[in-house]
Amino acid sequence: MTDAQISQMTPEGSEIPISERGPAPTRVVVSYGFWLFILSDIILFAALFAAYAVLSGQTAGGPSGHQLFDRGHVLIETACLLLSSFTCGMFSLAIDQRSARYTYVFGAITFALGLGFIGLELSEFTEMIAHGNGPQRSAFLSAFFALVGMHGTHVTLGLAWLLGMLAQVATLGFTPRVVGRLRCFSLFWHALDVVWIGVFTIVYLGAH
Amino acid sequence: MANANDRSSNIPDNTPEQHGHAEGQGHDAQGKPPGETPDLRAGVLKYLAGLGGSIILTLASFWAAGTDQVWGPGIPVLLAALAIAQMGVHLVFFLHISSGPENTNNILALAFGVFVVALVVFGSMIIMANLNSHMLPMDKLLQMQR
Repeated sequence: MTDAQISQMTPEGSEIPISERGPAPTRVVVSYGFWLFILSDIILFAALFAAYAVLSGQTAGGPSGHQLFDRGHVLIETACLLLSSFTCGMFSLAIDQRSARYTYVFGAITFALGLGFIGLELSEFTEMIAHGNGPQRSAFLSAFFALVGMHGTHVTLGLAWLLGMLAQVATLGFTPRVVGRLRCFSLFWHALDVVWIGVFTIVYLGAH
Repeated sequence: MANANDRSSNIPDNTPEQHGHAEGQGHDAQGKPPGETPDLRAGVLKYLAGLGGSIILTLASFWAAGTDQVWGPGIPVLLAALAIAQMGVHLVFFLHISSGPENTNNILALAFGVFVVALVVFGSMIIMANLNSHMLPMDKLLQMQR
């Protein structure tokens, strides 16, 4: 039986009705609010996925996805993001243990892997644009750059957030407020990895 | 990193005892009080399980996309199944969505989010495919304009 279940029991052992349990702990409420933000962010991505699905065949005589994308490149990008998601998990475990040392170590690895992902994505974008296949080439490429670029923007913002959080751990320490923010950050980072599963499946592997 | 470490020892709630846990932290759970060990160990194992499952599903997706051992028209279905499975693995092992009592609201919100995503994506695809099939071909359109 978990703590949460025990707290819902009266001393006599019967269950306390929901109406008498009082407010949920801040940790649960904050996670729920941030989870709602993440879901609304995923709905934003859904609109871009819908645009891509509709426009992916409209190449206007230009190159198709099959000709443009390099699967080896995408596999390395995926590996970077997946491993960074794992180290982000280690990062949050280090925070639960209040271990500053491992928080910095895993924070730094997560940051490096995320930066590697962004670097690979930017190199792919600049190469495509250099060959005249920028977003203005066709409706397909507009949708591609909007969707993949939006994901890249999220990862970039996440990297900035991670730097900010590491600075807060260094200056403020593990205060409840900082720990709450760190928890939100790890939710955000894992959610970006979930979105990337959709991107590499639909955009890169589904290219025709 | 060394600087940061010195700093952390000045933080009031980071007691030397807690620092001791940090030293032993890793895959071998040595030098920790028994109350602490299972939590951290279970946490690490959970993330490792998620990573393992995710790597297998990712490699399976990349294999499925390039193989000719699977019936061609079945490949998109296989890719979709693998992607949904991997999202499930991430939700359970990384985002810790469970069926626990504290998670009821999260699951309801997730269900609503999935519903809206499906409406937006499949609704757009159906409507646009329908409009597309009702469009006049371009050459006929040009003929009519003459």
